[in-house]
Amino acid sequence: MKLHEYQSKQIFAKYGIPIPKGRVAATASEAKAIAEELGSRVVIKSQVLVGGRGKAGGVKLAKDPEEAEQLATQILAMEIKGLPVRKVLVDEAAAIESEIYFSITNDRAARKPVMIASAAGGMEIEEVAAKTPEKIIKLHIDPLLGLRDYQARDLAASIDLPRDYWKDFGKIAMGLWRVYTETDASLAEINPLVITKDKRMIALDGKMIIDDNAMFRHTDLAEMRDLDEEVPAETEARKYGLTYIKLDGNIGCMVNGAGLAMTTMDIVKLFGGEPANFLDIGGGAGADKVAAAMRIILSDVNVKAVLFNIFGGITRCDEVARGILAAMKEVKPKAPMVVRLVGTNAEEGRKLLADAKMITAETLADAAKKAVAAAKGK
Amino acid sequence: MSILINKNTRLLVQGITGNEGLFHTRQMIAYGTNVVAGMTPGKGGEWVDEKIPVFDSVKLAVEATGVNCTVIFVPARFAADAMYEAADAGIPLIVCITEGVPVQDMMRVRNYLDQKKVRLIGPNCPGLLTPGESKVGIIPGDIAISGNVGCVSRSGTLTYEVLYALKLVGMGASTCVGIGGDPINGTNFIDVLEMFEHDPQTEKVVMIGEIGGTDEDKAAEYIASKMTKPVVSFIAGQTAPAGKRMGHAGAIIEGGAGTAAGKVKALEAAGVRVAKHPEEIPSLLK
Repeated sequence: MKLHEYQSKQIFAKYGIPIPKGRVAATASEAKAIAEELGSRVVIKSQVLVGGRGKAGGVKLAKDPEEAEQLATQILAMEIKGLPVRKVLVDEAAAIESEIYFSITNDRAARKPVMIASAAGGMEIEEVAAKTPEKIIKLHIDPLLGLRDYQARDLAASIDLPRDYWKDFGKIAMGLWRVYTETDASLAEINPLVITKDKRMIALDGKMIIDDNAMFRHTDLAEMRDLDEEVPAETEARKYGLTYIKLDGNIGCMVNGAGLAMTTMDIVKLFGGEPANFLDIGGGAGADKVAAAMRIILSDVNVKAVLFNIFGGITRCDEVARGILAAMKEVKPKAPMVVRLVGTNAEEGRKLLADAKMITAETLADAAKKAVAAAKGK
Repeated sequence: MSILINKNTRLLVQGITGNEGLFHTRQMIAYGTNVVAGMTPGKGGEWVDEKIPVFDSVKLAVEATGVNCTVIFVPARFAADAMYEAADAGIPLIVCITEGVPVQDMMRVRNYLDQKKVRLIGPNCPGLLTPGESKVGIIPGDIAISGNVGCVSRSGTLTYEVLYALKLVGMGASTCVGIGGDPINGTNFIDVLEMFEHDPQTEKVVMIGEIGGTDEDKAAEYIASKMTKPVVSFIAGQTAPAGKRMGHAGAIIEGGAGTAAGKVKALEAAGVRVAKHPEEIPSLLK
């Protein structure tokens, strides 16, 4: 789960990382009020869960509350990379001396947390990595030992941070380490971490991603999820414990198991079709879940045919068939359906579906070919 | 011969009294697996189906029954603790079926187990199957027959698909290893490829990968430099969009890395025949 900048920075502040004064606003008049309260030049920052907000014109400097209101009006009317701006953060503007990049994230290959720092702050780190990889310093942390002070010093030294700032940086690093571990973040990023003209270190921008698997122990963070930023069908799917990802094609797919679901999409494409979605109903799915999955697939108006590919193991094919029948009664789909059932109770499942006017298939390749033909109206 | 499990496997089931644990314990026993003990804290002294003793701790189960392998079916929030407990009790092979273990838990578990020289399979995996001898986990037993093909996979049902396709043409597996779909797991492709390379029963290998991470690329390097046995592969996720987690926690293209196309290219460069879809695998093995 991605957090907004304002949410990330609120968390940073709780762990002693200095952030600029400011608040989030949903209207231009609120933005003006916040600017008046701050009594200084302010930055109006769009809050959307994508990178490149600055380049898109979603971050602007205002010299007074009137200009803040004006710019907030503009920004709140914007769409950035397809996402409408619903909130702006109004922060006091900082006089910047220099900018640093600093983050802690999971290094999957090393199976350890890694601190990443660069003196080239403010830019997207992927861009720095591509153009000047030597400017990126990485330092692994033993997950059993945690971050040690000397490592923070080593990192500060390696990006040529002046010695006067090592102590402040050490505190910020330790704060960010606690943010990372105590929120189960897969990314806790400060970019830029700035040194101001009056010699303070401040986290000017923040970004966090929380491990979805760890949500059970972070109910407070779960409430921060911004449902406005999600495809509604994906939110609906999560309620039922389904994983659904909307794609651009016209063949809806319902599959049990993530690997098999990806494979089903791939084989649709291989035989000349385009998958409309990824959908994994998981292991042991009962009829209710299957019915919910079917409603979600058919809520996509692009869907011209649906392919069911079920390899029964823990999941029983007859249960899936019952779910399909229940959902068909309810939604009365017009799109043709291709069904392939293999494994546990497949025979019973096929019998249940025999009268449902569905196209059946034996092999995966056969099922994909039939679904592609059906979507083309053949 | 086979790898990891065989007739001599003496299995403990952690979480044996839960729904899934109980269901799969019965399935494993029906298949012929030697399940010697179960463990659920607070239920020590009880019996499952009047034949499997339940213990309060892994240590007690090991002392009483000579367990040499354990399978974990506990909920995600307890999974890390279950793995630590098994490792501390000295069990050399731990298979964790549980899906949804937090990534930071797995970083700590993996780093701890590496110090103990314990082998962990999973988590978020279907487990192990040595056809005709032993099954540890949830792979349906009837979809595979014994043979000379070693299977290793990050996926569950996709693996069943492949085992079943092999069975339909009379080909069987030496051992099937589901290493799991999480970004950080106990055993990687390379570990299993090495075991298959040294296993006399295994003559060919099927490796089923997917998007995300660099395990397949590392496997390709290993295959090119160390393996004498032929390897056939399939990589799922050609059509997966970047930045989206495709069901498995580990199946995500991040920063342009971990694409299916990249993995296929690396494997083909290592001399691996990569199938366009899973039903093509048997013909590529012939």
